[in-house]
Formats: sequence, C-alpha cells, structure tokens
Amino acid sequence: MADTIADTRRLYTKPQNLNDAYGPPSNFLEIDVSNPQTIGVGRGKYTTYEVRLKTNLPIFKLKESSVRRRYSDFEWLRAELERESKVVVPPLPGKALIRQLPFRGGDGIFEDSFIEERRQGLEQFLNKVAGHPLAQNERCLHMFLQDESVDKNYTPSKVRQA
Amino acid sequence: MSFFSFGQSAEIDVVLNDAETRKKAEHKTEDGKKDKYFLFYDGETVSGKVNVTLKNPGKRLEHQGIKIEFVGQIELYYDKGNHHEFVSLVKDLARPGEMTQSQTFDFEFTHVEKPYESYTGQNAEKRMIRRLNDITKELDIVVHTLSTYPELNSSIKMEVGIEDCLHIEFEYNKSKYHLKDVIVGKIYFLLVRIKIKHMEIDIIKRETTGTGPSVYHENDTIAKYEIMDGAPVRGESIPIRLFLAGYDLTPTMRDINKKFSVRYYLNLVLIDEEERRYFKQQEITLWRKGDVVRKSMSHQAAIASQRFEGSAASESALEKAAKEESG
Repeated sequence: MADTIADTRRLYTKPQNLNDAYGPPSNFLEIDVSNPQTIGVGRGKYTTYEVRLKTNLPIFKLKESSVRRRYSDFEWLRAELERESKVVVPPLPGKALIRQLPFRGGDGIFEDSFIEERRQGLEQFLNKVAGHPLAQNERCLHMFLQDESVDKNYTPSKVRQA
Repeated sequence: MSFFSFGQSAEIDVVLNDAETRKKAEHKTEDGKKDKYFLFYDGETVSGKVNVTLKNPGKRLEHQGIKIEFVGQIELYYDKGNHHEFVSLVKDLARPGEMTQSQTFDFEFTHVEKPYESYTGQNAEKRMIRRLNDITKELDIVVHTLSTYPELNSSIKMEVGIEDCLHIEFEYNKSKYHLKDVIVGKIYFLLVRIKIKHMEIDIIKRETTGTGPSVYHENDTIAKYEIMDGAPVRGESIPIRLFLAGYDLTPTMRDINKKFSVRYYLNLVLIDEEERRYFKQQEITLWRKGDVVRKSMSHQAAIASQRFEGSAASESALEKAAKEESG
C-alpha cells in the first residue's frame, strides 16, 4: 500500500474583474471631527465641532455630508445606540465636570488643549461606531451624521439600504 | 499500587512477549506529562509473562489467587469515583494457595477487541490497562483506532455573510481529513463593505461530556493560522493550505460509550480595523490513517480495519494480507 503524497495545489479560482481589482473599494468611509468653534456667552457658552463624512456605502443617503454637533449630541447618540441596538458602544471622551467647577482658574472646558483632546476622542468614537454593521442600521446614527440637526423627539427605527 | 501485607513479600512484573519489536506511542497523562506506552490496535493479541518474585525466597506466600485482567475504562474527571469499563477480560493464572518460590505465568488475550482510541482530555480519559489481583500491578497501554480512506468525502462549500456588509464563499477540499492531511481551501470575497484588517483560520477541539440535561462543553483552540494580512476587495480569492501534522490532534470521537465526544471545528475569523471579529465555524471529521507498512499490512491490523469505514477497501486488504502470509 503506497502512501500517496497529499495534493496541495490551490483550488480553482475565477480570475478577478480588473475594475474590482483596481477600482475604488466598496468600503470607503471617512469621518472627521474638526473645526471646533465656541459660541455664545457666559452660562450659555458651548463648543461645536464639524462632523464631516465621505463614503460610498449605499446605506448612507448622502455620499458627502457636513454637520455641526456639540458634546451633548454625542452623548445622546451613545445613549440611543445602547438602548436601540445590540452594539457594545465604545465610551466617549470624559465629561470633564471638574473643569466646569467655578473659581477653578484657566478657561476650563474652553481651553484649547482640552478641546483638542476632546475632538480626538470624539473622532475615534465616531469612526468606531459608524463602521459597525449593526449601528449602521439605526436611524439615530444617520440622523446624527447627516441631518441638519438632531431631533431628540424622533421615533427610533431601523434603516435599510438607502 | 499494592495492598497492605503482601506488598512486602513479592514483586510483580508484567512483560509483553513482543516488547522488543512493538512500537510505542507518546501519550499525554492526566497531569499533562507525556509518556511512551506500547501501542496496540483493535483485534491484536496481547500476550506476555507475569513474573512473581518472592522477596524472601524461603518464606511461603499465601494468596487468594492470581489473575490478570485486561481492562478498558473511561473516567470522567468530574465523576472520579466511577470508572466505566467497556472491556473487561479476566484470566486466572493460579488458584488460591501457596507460593514457595518465584514463578512466571504466561498469559494471552487473543485478538482482543479494543473499540476505542486512548484519549486524555480536559474532562475524560480512556485507557486500557492490565492488572493482577491481590498485589496489584498495572501496565497501561495505548490504543489507536485506524480508519481507511472514506468512500464519501465531499468538499465543504458555503456562502455566508452579513446582509449588505460582507459576503464570502468559503471552500475546504474535504469534510474528512486524516491526522497528517492538508486542508486545502479558499475564501472568495463577493461583497466587502467593511474594512477588514486580517483573516485567520483556527482549529477548535470541543470535548463534550455528560448526557441529557447535564452536558458540558470544553472548547480548546488548538491552532491559529493567519491566512490573510490586509484589506481584500470583491472578486479576490485567498488560498488556504494548512498542514495538520504540525498540531496535537486526535481522531473525531462521537459519543464514546455514550459518555463523551471529541469533535473538531474549523473557525474562519475575519477581523476589521476596529478589532471587531466576524466568524464562521464548520465541523470537520478527523481520522487516523494506519502507518505505512513496508511489506504488507499484518493480518491482525487487517482484522482491525474491518471494523471501520471503507470496508470494501479493508476486505481487499484482508485478502491481500492473507495471500502474502501464505505465499
């Protein structure tokens, strides 16, 4: 009984279409959080950030969008995703309550270094979340990323292919 | 292991007749140590000599009888008191009486059935031992079960994915692999809307013990093998070539004596840029191929292979062995 050497040749594969090989990939999704702007005065002062999105994913209605959002909008999004989806939602950068205490000295939460730190954290948060297949099915994510403003009285729902 | 008063009076030694020529196999024991034991196959004869040596040659040794037992047992670790014996053969060597001098007894267990392979796992253990009574001496042996090439061995081909996000088609060239085989396959990407960073294939061993409501699974990742590093696009095909001989594997064991199972799975894992994991598990059957025998398969091993798959192949092997032995 001769022992045969195993056949380790590759299985047959269809040659790849050159457009698929060299064309733009189907998973293009870029999100930037930038351009912090502090508006308002006194107690009503707050910072907004520009949230820019570029994509070719069909699930997003707009292939390019730009909206302005503040920290509390991000908090709202996180809470909605936790409640409505099965996604394990990553944490947001800190609330920095200590910085908001009076008589602390310095600019508190309007300090440039703090804003930059927060901006980075928010960008990381959105990139993690927006690429999640289950999060992409949530209306709240699309409203946050692409609608002019966040309507906190919206009706939660699931999104199919745009 | 010896009982009280007799322990001091005599020493027992069990020696196999073919100890010089019989192959040994490495086997892991319960405490994780690897040791070598004589290797037997189903249907082979186990024969040898028992030497009872009196420590004080002048003194008489009274005994209740001397016998040798060939035992196959299953021990489940969570149920240590209970040994389930699936083979038990006893041969009397001497009637109760006296021994005045050291003696040697011959024994033979002819063409003894050894239905299951020796296995030591997380929760179960199967071994075959020979032991004598009164003073007890145990000799562990290892059993391997052999199979022949399965007649039916279809490839595994399946399309899986997450709707609108990721569609792949995976293919493995066989569903039954022997322990020194090679898994040849491919992963074909039909739709890639997520950012994949790399892809690996794992071999998972699942040991299942218990029956009915108290079933317990223990998973062990035996191997992790990266097959792709980087982002694939639609239409790309990633080859798989995984040599099984490099890993510590056993044959698939289904429902051994209704006590436990050992099954193997291939787990295909894709990891995206945010460390999210997407996976697909698929069971494969592993079997043990007989070693290459230069001249011919011995008659005894031919009897052994008759019990397993591909009986047509072993029928002709039996014929061939019979012809070669007589010719």
